Amino acid sequence: MSTCSVSKGCFVFKPSPKKRRVSQKTANYFGERKNGSDDAELRFATCQSLWNQIKSETEQIQEDLNKQLLDNLVSFLRQSHSEFRERTAEWNCRMKTREIPTAALILGVNVTDHDLTFRSLSEVLQNNITPYIALLEAKDCPGIKNLMQKLMGQLMNCYVDVDSLEDEDYVQVSQSRIRCSMTSLINWYESVTKKKDSETPSKKQTTSSRHLQSPPVVVIFKDMESFTTKVLQDFVVISSQHIRELPLVLIFGIATSPMIIHSLLPHSVSSLLCIELFQSLSCKEHLSTIIDKLLLTTQLPFKLGEKVLQVLINIFLYHDFSVQNFIKGFQLCVVEHFYSQPLSVLCCQLADAKKRVNSLSHDQCENIRRLPSFRRYVERQVSEKQITLLTEDNFLKETVQKLLEDLHVYHENYVSVLRCLHVFTSSLPKYPLGKQIRELHCACLENRVWETEEYESSLQLARKYLVPADHKTLHEIVYFNTASVLREHLNAAPRIALHTALNNPYCYLKNQALKSDGGNISNKAPDICIAYKLHLECGRLINLVDWLEAFSTVVVSAERPNADVPSSDQVDDIIHARFIRAVSELELLGFIKPSKQKTDHVARLTWGGC
Amino acid sequence: MKMPNLEHPAYPAATLLHLESLVPCRESQVSMLLSIFGERQQFSFPSIFIYGHTSSGKTYVMQTLLNTLKLPHVFVNCVEYFTSRLLLEEILIQLQSCCSEAEQTSHVPCDSFNDFVRLFKQAVGSQELQDQTLYIVLDRAEQLREMEANILPAFLRLQELTDRNVTVVLLSEIVWELFRPNTGCFEPFTLYFPDYSIGHLQKILSQSHPPEYSADFYAAYINILLGVFYMVCRDLKELQHLAVLNFSKYCEPVVNGEANERDTRKLWKNIEPHLKKAMQTVYLREISSSQWERLQRDDGEPGQLKGLSAHTHVELPYYSKFLLIAAYLASYNPVRTDKRFFLKHHGKIRKTNFMKKHEKTSNHLLGPKPFPLDRLLAILYSIVDNRVAPTANIFSQITSLVTLQLLSVVGHNDQLDGPRYKCTVSLDFIRAIARYEHGSASVKTERAQTANEYR
Repeated sequence: MSTCSVSKGCFVFKPSPKKRRVSQKTANYFGERKNGSDDAELRFATCQSLWNQIKSETEQIQEDLNKQLLDNLVSFLRQSHSEFRERTAEWNCRMKTREIPTAALILGVNVTDHDLTFRSLSEVLQNNITPYIALLEAKDCPGIKNLMQKLMGQLMNCYVDVDSLEDEDYVQVSQSRIRCSMTSLINWYESVTKKKDSETPSKKQTTSSRHLQSPPVVVIFKDMESFTTKVLQDFVVISSQHIRELPLVLIFGIATSPMIIHSLLPHSVSSLLCIELFQSLSCKEHLSTIIDKLLLTTQLPFKLGEKVLQVLINIFLYHDFSVQNFIKGFQLCVVEHFYSQPLSVLCCQLADAKKRVNSLSHDQCENIRRLPSFRRYVERQVSEKQITLLTEDNFLKETVQKLLEDLHVYHENYVSVLRCLHVFTSSLPKYPLGKQIRELHCACLENRVWETEEYESSLQLARKYLVPADHKTLHEIVYFNTASVLREHLNAAPRIALHTALNNPYCYLKNQALKSDGGNISNKAPDICIAYKLHLECGRLINLVDWLEAFSTVVVSAERPNADVPSSDQVDDIIHARFIRAVSELELLGFIKPSKQKTDHVARLTWGGC
Repeated sequence: MKMPNLEHPAYPAATLLHLESLVPCRESQVSMLLSIFGERQQFSFPSIFIYGHTSSGKTYVMQTLLNTLKLPHVFVNCVEYFTSRLLLEEILIQLQSCCSEAEQTSHVPCDSFNDFVRLFKQAVGSQELQDQTLYIVLDRAEQLREMEANILPAFLRLQELTDRNVTVVLLSEIVWELFRPNTGCFEPFTLYFPDYSIGHLQKILSQSHPPEYSADFYAAYINILLGVFYMVCRDLKELQHLAVLNFSKYCEPVVNGEANERDTRKLWKNIEPHLKKAMQTVYLREISSSQWERLQRDDGEPGQLKGLSAHTHVELPYYSKFLLIAAYLASYNPVRTDKRFFLKHHGKIRKTNFMKKHEKTSNHLLGPKPFPLDRLLAILYSIVDNRVAPTANIFSQITSLVTLQLLSVVGHNDQLDGPRYKCTVSLDFIRAIARYEHGSASVKTERAQTANEYR
């Protein structure tokens, strides 16, 4: 198992999730906050089924979007070696340099999403072209030897013992060791293709009809940019020598631009390749489709509030371009909503919701009465009705059913009118209401769109149907709008968190003694906090002796408030030890490092001083 | 019967004549090699070093020579057998199969050169090879320098070490001086293969004409081809490839009946612009040869197909763009200027003394300089108009940019205290990015960049 961590350290790997019985436990978490009256189990089940629906929907979208790309790749692979198979006798084919067919696959900079694409790619290839596929990653291939090992291991579908150092020129294939060279690979290829031919046609009809006669061997370089020039060059040179015996096809996964090929491979090597370009859909378009299918629809009862949607879109556009992360964020919203809002039990299809209203407990009815939007609704009613709504559960339930229906109708109209409005406004010069429908959607969620300055035309339609959702009664049931929670989870700020923890330990420790009015150093704080606060006052280089003295003063004044401050050369041993520990903890956290510029000094690594 | 130019008492004239026809324009080198080799049973020079540019016929000549004269030999490419162990074992394997037809002896591991010498003696000693010189050809011999230090010197004196009739031939594209170890070694006999001249290329390329057209017709085509490509490409293999790719276009007027095979002017007019286009596209691998052939077949314009370099734009997330711009500024601006460019109240700086003399040479010529993480972030905060929180997402974007090779880490990348980076992208790349971020790329960026350019 490996980690992508940048630091060395101890990592915990949990056992694979199959073995644990997840659902029961998680369901308990849902109910643990309050007593059983808020339908925790039902909420959990609703949440699960909703998430499954979203998941399959997004996977379907991904598949549809990739279809074009994968189809093109499949037909490229079909043709790749066909010319040489069919017309070997012709002068043309005899004389021409036989290049290695290579697909340059431009995937965009959102590297985290590539895995999914590669997975569906190898699935499609396996089903249509060839069983022989190897996926290589740069971190596994620092040298040509490692590359060959990985390649052979994956192709021969076996266990590769990379750790046994004395035999690293060999690959372990089901007890027999095979030399790690192209010749072994060619022998293997000949044997597997021969075996296939000799098998009775009836027995293996399915595979042989799906795959070509001598299926190509596809080698996928997942992250082209990270491979070293030498490894790639050597591999291309070696394989081009044997292209007649081993029909290789290369696929370069490129995150930036195809120019990287020319900067990694000199002309003498790139001239051994027959490179064709394939471009995947831009991630922005992918996001638009996801938003279109997940948010601008009445299929899903769950909705995102304006702020939350903005946080998710901002993370996408500002930080990572990753559709997968967007979906993960969406998942977090779903879970958080069903976890924190007891009334989310009604966040399901309209017919179900109406049924569920009838079986709501009295506590849940009180929850409804506490909803701000419902209170606003009550205030608008005549006084007798107000009283019945607040006292009689049955009457409340009837009303809620009606209101839910209203909300549903509102959504249906909202989506269609929004699409109409988008058609109008997207053709206006300078796109006053945004180019993408998601921008218009956000605008509508945020404000009364007809009151905005940009909206100058006289479209009455919008006034009637595009009311911001938080003006609708009971919107809290289906809208998740706690952006702060989301931001905290998805856009963590480690530096700020560390600073808060060290500067104001009360924030995390909740110990009354630590409550300070800011500014001054509380002497009851943990040692590291005292050391940290003192170091904030220093320049780029910190004199350790001065620091120790200051530390000792603070600590001593806490423990023996009445004792005299000891003179500088008599620091208590225990305090000295505590100081050393605090300093090394700060070093571990990356705030300071030993300096060679001055003896007995350490250098600050964070702001200030420079 | 024609008398061969090559002369050697050990071989019949017919064989030599055949050999000569196979190695056009390399007769003198072959004749030199033949005289060094001597007769089959005679000991030859222990090691021979042959060097010359890419596709000057080194591999081809050696292979043809050894095969035509049926000399016992082993031929190994050192790039393919990348460790000494694989290399030595491959030699032994080939040796086994070249001496006995019914080999199938179990494969013996060979861990060191000592083992190799022992196993080599066994393999040669048991065979009828004893009265013939065995040739071991090591192609791409420059790879030997990457292996253990004893490998190259040991190969050079293999004859002495094994006490057998063996000659090692090293083929390489670089000169012997770059091989010679500091500690000294046995000096091989060096032989240079010069580049083919334009005349040679014309002669060799014309030899392989398609059966359905006459040699003269094809020679005329090769003449035009060389006229276009000789200036940029002298690689025989590449020229051969280009000749085949474009020949059908050359024949087009003849096939359509618009011209006969002697209408050289008409044929030239037809093919010349086509070849020029090929030089800008398929020769540079901008488009692939199969795409080129498809275009030719469908009579399309190469303009329809965008080459690789047409796709230079990289779409990046908002902050990644600013991080990259900040990195560029940090890499190419001196630290002292930061205050002036990125601080609001930087005070007055007298223009005359502002630039030190050595800074007046363009920083672009000197290449990017490393900068610490803090400086990058400080510039970032200054050029982005709104407030940027130092969130985990910002830091992970820096790592992403390194993965994408747009930034590179200087020094050890496991160094966590104060990492230093360099910006590896060009000014054009940065300009394109800044342009896409219309407006938001603040004036400061512009100012800092222009200051940079005119320096």
